[in-house]
Amino acid sequence: MATIIIPTPLRKYTAQKRRFETRENTLSGALEQLMEEHPQVRQNLLDDEGKVRSYIKLYIGDEEVNPDESRTFQLDENTEISIVPAIAGGYQSAEQPAEYSTG
Amino acid sequence: MRNWKNIEFSSEELGHYSRHLSIPEFGLEGQKKLKAARVLAVGTGGLGAPMLQYLAAAGVGTIGLVDFDKVEASNLHRQVLFGASDVGRSKVAVAKERLREINPHIDIHVHELRLSSENALEVIKDYDVVADGTDNFPTRYLINDACVMLDKPNVHGSIFQFEGQISVFNYVNDKGERGPNYRDLFPEPPPPGLVPSCAEAGVLGVLPGIIGCLQASEVIKVITGIGRPLTGELFLFDAQEFSTRKVKVTKNKDNPLTGENPELTELIDYEAFCGLSSPEEENNESAVPEVTVQEYKAWLDADEDVQLIDVREPHEVEIAEIGGELIPLDAIVDHAGEISRDKKVVVHCRSGQRSADAIRQLQQKYDFDNLYNLKGGILAWSQEIDDSIPQY
Repeated sequence: MATIIIPTPLRKYTAQKRRFETRENTLSGALEQLMEEHPQVRQNLLDDEGKVRSYIKLYIGDEEVNPDESRTFQLDENTEISIVPAIAGGYQSAEQPAEYSTG
Repeated sequence: MRNWKNIEFSSEELGHYSRHLSIPEFGLEGQKKLKAARVLAVGTGGLGAPMLQYLAAAGVGTIGLVDFDKVEASNLHRQVLFGASDVGRSKVAVAKERLREINPHIDIHVHELRLSSENALEVIKDYDVVADGTDNFPTRYLINDACVMLDKPNVHGSIFQFEGQISVFNYVNDKGERGPNYRDLFPEPPPPGLVPSCAEAGVLGVLPGIIGCLQASEVIKVITGIGRPLTGELFLFDAQEFSTRKVKVTKNKDNPLTGENPELTELIDYEAFCGLSSPEEENNESAVPEVTVQEYKAWLDADEDVQLIDVREPHEVEIAEIGGELIPLDAIVDHAGEISRDKKVVVHCRSGQRSADAIRQLQQKYDFDNLYNLKGGILAWSQEIDDSIPQY
């Protein structure tokens, strides 16, 4: 079974689940299954056009994958998919927008 | 880097650095390079605190500190340069004192300012390496772009709850090949509000300690040339699972700084780039009806019929609360039916920003005209009305 590693910012939407195991055999199928089981992931992973958001990278192993080609990426039992979002540090937020305090 | 070959050490310094000098790969040459080096730490907080202590102890000859903040109680669980008696003091002033204690043989330059497009190039230009220990996207993109424009390596660390990321950006190897930068990894930042803040989501205090120490190690490697810096790779650490991963960072041909058609030749408005408004725009944008904590208290004292709504997260209520019905911001529109239309409704959160956002959403979607934002939120209530309510 392939595994998707859920990054911390998305765990809020996966009931704190850190790993998602899937029998789907393509990357797009695996992501779709993740979003079906955890619907709130969708709006945080994809933009309005259904594309992976530009501040999120997808990796298979340590290699970046182009989300546009996700249908063609075949998964096997040991495939590890990482969703890697940009994180800023300590207090990035609407609460303290135009400034940094420090991590 | 400045010429390190003519660097000399006093006998006290040789004693201080003797365990470095004993490492064959490090030796006197590595120590001289450190003493000749000038490192700028942007942010003296969670990441900066451990990193700076090790860089000072290790003998980086000149350390610059950039921060405009004052020490707050909520910093103390992770910002280990500061103690309880420092609350209210300037972070750079306290940091300088501590670092001088750790190593009196180095120079520490203080830049007590908010790094901006106007001053970043001037501040950064005199340093050899920049260590980014900030905590927000506008400043991260600003540092990245300034480092590329000035040809400086940028040792980047960032944290969220239990997870940290580190990489060395814009590193030029000895063949003259330039590594990727932050814009290659993440072309755009998340829109504001989509990723919860650490004020809402929290951060494990020791996590910036771990990531900040790794940053210090990378800074030392970049300066001395020892080992292989973490260029072209992003290191990921998850404290919950004790898992570590390294993924590749490749150059993006569309990078506006270093791609095929570079169009960014000067620093830009990074708040606007990150979807944040300038302070003036924010004042206009936040033009929702407000009530001060004093006025709201007067309403309560006069027994006015007022509904109070709390739009924070459930775990925040456990820290501090002033009552009201809890409807977190991301659920507010779906629960609009629970909000009264025939009496005053005061909406509050920690500082008044999320509640203003909630009111805007409710006004736009359902035309509410009876909602008031509690100005300054629970923090203001704690400061002005009831100091038994904790500030967090």
